[in-house]
This record gives sequence, structure tokens and C-alpha cells, in this order.
Amino acid sequence: MHQTLEPIMAEQPFLKGLDAEHLQLLVGCASNVRYEAGQYLLRESEEANQFYIIRHGRVAIEVYTPNRGPIVIETLGEGDVLGWSWLVPPYNWRFDARAIELTRAIVLDGKCLRGKCEQDYQLGYELLSRFLQIIERRLQATRLQLLDVYKD
Amino acid sequence: MKTDIGTAGPGRQTEPTLDDPILPRMFQVRRIFSETADSFSCELQPSDGEVMHFSPGQFNMLYVFGVGEIPISISGNPDKPKLLVHTIRSVGPASKAIRRLKRGDLIGVRGPYGTGWPVKGAEGNDVVIVAGGIGLAPLRPLIYRVLAEREKYGRVALLVGARTPGDILFQRQLERWRGRLDIDVLVTVDKAPRSWRGNVGVVTSLIPKIRFDPATTTAFVCGPEVMMRFTAMELEVRGVPTSNLHFSLERNMKCGIGLCGHCQLGPYFICKDGPVLGLDKIKKLMALREI
Amino acid sequence: MEPKLVLDRHQFDTFFESLHKHGYEIIGPTLLDGAVVYAPVDSPDELPVGWTDEQQGGVYRLKRRGDQALFGYSAAAHSWKKFLFLPTLKLFEAYRTSGGPEIRHPQPDVRRRAFLGVRACEIASMEIQDRILIHGTFQDTAYVQARNAALIVAVQCLQSGGTCFCRSMNTGPEVTRGYDLLLTEITGPQKHVFIVDVGTDRGAGILEGIALAKADEADLKHAGDLVDEAAAHMGRVLDQNGIKELLYRNYEHPRWEEVAKRCLTCTNCTIVCPTCFCTTIEDVTDLPGGKAERWRRWDSCFTLDHSYLHGGCVRCSGLSRYRQWMTHKLATWIDQFGTSGCVGCGRCITWCPVGIDITEETAAIRSSGDASSSIFGKKGE
Repeated sequence: MHQTLEPIMAEQPFLKGLDAEHLQLLVGCASNVRYEAGQYLLRESEEANQFYIIRHGRVAIEVYTPNRGPIVIETLGEGDVLGWSWLVPPYNWRFDARAIELTRAIVLDGKCLRGKCEQDYQLGYELLSRFLQIIERRLQATRLQLLDVYKD
Repeated sequence: MKTDIGTAGPGRQTEPTLDDPILPRMFQVRRIFSETADSFSCELQPSDGEVMHFSPGQFNMLYVFGVGEIPISISGNPDKPKLLVHTIRSVGPASKAIRRLKRGDLIGVRGPYGTGWPVKGAEGNDVVIVAGGIGLAPLRPLIYRVLAEREKYGRVALLVGARTPGDILFQRQLERWRGRLDIDVLVTVDKAPRSWRGNVGVVTSLIPKIRFDPATTTAFVCGPEVMMRFTAMELEVRGVPTSNLHFSLERNMKCGIGLCGHCQLGPYFICKDGPVLGLDKIKKLMALREI
Repeated sequence: MEPKLVLDRHQFDTFFESLHKHGYEIIGPTLLDGAVVYAPVDSPDELPVGWTDEQQGGVYRLKRRGDQALFGYSAAAHSWKKFLFLPTLKLFEAYRTSGGPEIRHPQPDVRRRAFLGVRACEIASMEIQDRILIHGTFQDTAYVQARNAALIVAVQCLQSGGTCFCRSMNTGPEVTRGYDLLLTEITGPQKHVFIVDVGTDRGAGILEGIALAKADEADLKHAGDLVDEAAAHMGRVLDQNGIKELLYRNYEHPRWEEVAKRCLTCTNCTIVCPTCFCTTIEDVTDLPGGKAERWRRWDSCFTLDHSYLHGGCVRCSGLSRYRQWMTHKLATWIDQFGTSGCVGCGRCITWCPVGIDITEETAAIRSSGDASSSIFGKKGE
């Protein structure tokens, strides 16, 4: 299983440029997952102990409101990374993530990675700087969305 | 109109003529139909039978009797000029008055005005077209033209952003284009209920999903100014040369022909130097406030 | 070259008669509401005989001269713009008919007018408006007609006003072109004459039948000296050197905030400016709704409405509007029309209620401009 995941992971834009040793560490924490359309990958307030690199399909990040039902905030697809609450205490998901269509992803064990990052700051830096870029892009996009630019 | 100015005196007088650029030509409404909840298209035919040829990206001044005149980009097919098509958001008195017109009613048209999309300059290149909201309307003639001469371009992608799924313009046409193998069509919305199975997120989030060779890509962008700024930044970061990024801008316009002074942006009159301008010309100006 | 002629003050009535005979309505300087303004005049008696003016920032005052000069004042309150580029103009009428709206072009105003007393800076301003309204892609038909129907009787400026800086703008004070007839007024205890240059056949036609002497050497020298004198006493200076780049570099100069504190955005400067050409459109209908009219009227970049864009305005602050006006006038104009938009007539200074001075603002930016941080980077970039 691990022998087959390594080449796939090496091709992921998110992990590009990671040295072989660190990639090997990540491969050790990774496994393949598959979700049918409608299945949840993660749910609000549950423990956040993993993140996903989406290989195929599409995932909606949703928030549920009592009066309007679930609202889709953003959709993610091939090559996108889902989930960063595993990095931040208290390690709980803040949104729901649901497969819109058949979705295949690599899931990485965050609990395991948190421990490895503590021991290996180099790995911690590599991972965090990659996440920072994702967080930055999502924040910019969210701000633009907030502007509701098409309204008038 | 004949006047007796010729007898008024010596030399320099000029005969006033009907081609006074401030006088509208009359067109007949053939069809008006809704596109989305707040936008509609109108198809016009010239009363005098003389068709209006235009370049993708140009606009007309549309005059409604007694109400006023507004600049509206042409959204029809440049290779089928018999029908003059405009797609309009009902926001002001003039656009609402146009919406109320019926088949056979007359409307005044002046134009076509402004610079078009530099589509010739994109030949041989990959083409990325990014539209936000009603911004798809001035891009549609460009899409028609590019698809009509598809062999002249490399990869072609159309990225469309809208507020909600119901606000997406030309939906059936987008679906038809998506069915073609020679153009990538991606649509995203800012907000959606769960029933929407497409993308949710800003239009820039679609850029990583398409394939293009940045160094030889020409991009055509139209939408709200903030959206265009974000799109420009994203495309530049990916290596699209600044001089290959083209925007369609909007400013207050009264005359459409560079005489009334309203639509200035730095040294440019948006009505005659634009509305399409290269980012290399406007990048510094766009960083300034209240210009 | 045509020999220069001498028109005696006593022949001025004959000169008026000749203009009338040739079908010209005479527009000339006259006293109105405590200022010299250009308006229809029927006889030389209506000219500001023996009057001059004092002009400073926010100050205009009529004063008596020691002689009976007809043209002894500096820039009049308004320029000739109001006769060539009308403050309000009906563009067309539309009538509701059974076959839909029918558009009718109004009868053009083809009255021939003689502009009497046109100064060098005013000829320059007409040439600037010609570039915009005649020589661009599209023509302003009404302007073309009015301009062609106007006979230009220029006069040499023999004294500079307190707010004048035409010399800085290379537009004066000497009239060198653009006239049908040119007068240089010489007043003295013994005589009161006008040296006449003929610029065009049309101008020559007006002089036919008036017995004019040829100007002698002494008269010509006297006239030349007077013109030089005016050039040497400019009220203001505006350094045009690299001005476009200077202003392009200083869109974010703190001086704009200072001037914005004083500017009332009253639009006076744009109204008196002989080159400002912004217009807006008004549509009016009669009560039964059977007739609609489209009017054009002067607009100003100092109004909020000027930059209105669905739901808001682009230039909301007074700062941005003053900056737009001055930067357009002195810098972007050059890119747009190949010339500065300023002729140095000083009207915007005189008629500003708070005396904002375009020459002072430019100098302030120049003195500290390139030291202050500009978003376009360092000096010389």
C-alpha cells in the first residue's frame, strides 16, 4: 500500500519539493479513502485529526443554519487540500465537508503528524509554510466573496 | 435636414449634416427576453436596414424616448450583425425603460464605440477568458469570434463567476459550449444552496483548474473592478505577461465619443481609448484611489 | 506681408458699421455687474472706455484708468467659450408619433459673430478646444458651426493682469496667429489710434471702404514696446518643465490634502476656464409626454455626479476632484491632446472664492514633490 501511495503523493502540488525523507514520513501517515456522493468527510465540532488531499471528485464545505439549511461556502476539487483544524487547538472541525460526487482522496493522520512535527522542526516548517499558503489563498478568496462584488 | 447656412456668408461655414455623432439612429425591437432575475437581452434591427458591424468588446449608446441614454456593450455575434444584441442589467431608469419596450418599438442607437478586445493579437496563443456577473455580456462576442476561428488559437478556457446559480448569464449556451471538446468552460458562484452541484468560490479559484501555457497566454477579463484586480494578480503570478492581460473597464459615460469628459481614468477616456485596455496601461492607475 | 494700417479712434464707429454691414453681430467687452464681460455691443460707447481691472487670488475690482483706452483691462470675467461652446445646447427634439419616436435636429445657430477684443491666451484656448472638438475622431457640430461663423478681432495685451501667466504657458501675451484682424491700441495725449494687422481676406473685407493710413515706423516701434512691456510684467509664473511627469509622480502628494481643505468644490474654476469642456446631458419631456428634448449643458469635474457609477461616485473626496482637475489641466491633457489644457489666463485664480492658485499649487508640489514618497517610486524613474 505504502509503495503505491508514494509516487501519487510525490505528484501532488501541495507536496511538491518536499525532500524524500519527509515525503517518506508523510507516506507513513497516509492512506487512500473514497466517498460516495452525499457522504461526509468530516463534520462540524468533531475531533480534527486528519487532512485530505483530493485526488478526484468534488467536496463542498458547508455550514448548517437552522433557518436556511446547509449553505455551501466553497467547493474543493482535484489537487486541493481540505482541513487545517488538526493544526490548531482544540482540534475540532468548524465546518462540514461533504462529497458532491464520488471522491477519492489521500487522508493524512494529523495526530501522528503533530507528533512528528514536534520532533522534527524542519518537517514542521515545511508543512506549516505549505498550509500558510493555502490559508492565505482561502482568506483572500473569502474576503472577495464577502464583498459580494456582483451585487451592484 | 436642409438649412440655409450656405447663404449666410463667406467661406468657412460647414453644412450641418445628419451624421452628427450625437444623433441616434432608430432601431426596431425584435425581441426582449429575461436572462436572469435582474437582466435581460434585447435584439434590435435597424429601421433603415443598414446593419451595424462591430468588433467584439464595443458598446452602443441606447436612447429611450424621453428617459435617457446609457452605454451598453454589444453581446451578440459579430459575424451575424443583422441582429444587434445587448444584454442589460435592470438597475436604472433607462435600463428599466428598455425592459418595458415591446416588439416593434423603436429605440435610438449610437455606435458602435470604443476599442474592442484585441483578439487578433491573441492568435497562436492560449486564450483565457474570465467573466464576472454581467461582465460575460461584453465577452460573448469575443467567445463567438474565437470559436468561429478556433484553429487560430491554442487552448481556450472560459471561467465564469456569478453571485448565485440563478445569476449565471447565458446558461444554456454555457452548457452547449461545455459540451465542446475544444473549450474548457468552468463556472463558479459566490453563494449556493446544496442543490447546486457546481463550484462555489470566487472566480480566481478556477484558474488553477485549467491548463494553459502562461508565457503564451492572452487573457480577456470583464467584471467588477475588484474582481478584475484579483484576477490580474492571479494570472500575473502564474506568469502571464502583463501586456497580454486585457480588461474592459467602466466609468460614467455621457457621450460615448470622448467629448464630454466624464469617463476619464488618468490620461484615458474609457469611451474611446477603452473600454478595453491592456493591464500594462492601467496597472499603476488601478493601484491609485479615486482616480 | 500686408502693410500695417492705422485705425483712428474716431473711425471706430465706422468700423462697427462695417461689421454690421457684413452681417456680424458684435460681441465685445462691456461693463456688467461690476466686471468686464463679453456681451453683444452695438456701439463703441458700450465698450469699457477708460476702465481697467485689478485681479488677484479671489479678487476682482474695476478701476479707472488715466486715459480713454477701449481695451485697457486684462482677462474678462468669462472667456469666449460661452459663445462657441454653449453653456446649454439643445441636441435634438424627439416627437412621439404613431410610427415611434421621430428625432429632429434643431436649426443650428448660424448667426455670424465678430468677437472684438480677443487676447492671445484666448486664441490659444480656442485652438485647444479646436483640437478636442474639431480635430478628434468625432466633431462637435455646434462648435464647428459657431467657430466658423466667428470673426476674430484680436487685441494685443498691453498690460498683464495680476493673475496672468500666459508667458509661462507660451500662449501670449503677443498675438501672433489665429485672428482675422489684430488691433494694437495706442493712447496718448495727442492721439488715440489702433495699429491694424490683417490676418485673413475676411478681415480685409471688413476694412474695405474705411480710409486707413499706413502705420509709420514710430507707431510700429511704440506698439512693439508696449507688447514687450506686458510680457515683462506677468503676475504669475508656472514652471512647465517636466510638469506631466511631475504630476504623474505625485498623485499621492500631501499638498493635495492641504488644497482640499480650502477648496469648496464650487466649480467656478471650471466655468471660467476657457478650455474646460466637460458636459452632461439632460432629457426633458413635456407634460403630455409627446415631446422629448435632449439638452447638453456644461458640467464640472468638481461635482459628485461627474464620476457617478451605479450606486456611488469614483471621486468622492474634494481632494480627488481638485487633483483630477489640476492633473488633467496640466498633465493628462498633454497625453490626450498633445498640448497643455492651461493657457495661463489666470481666471481660475481670480474667480476662486478662496483664492486657490494653480501656479502656487504646482510650485508647492514641485518644491517638495520628489522628496515625498510617491507610489511611482523614486525621483527620475
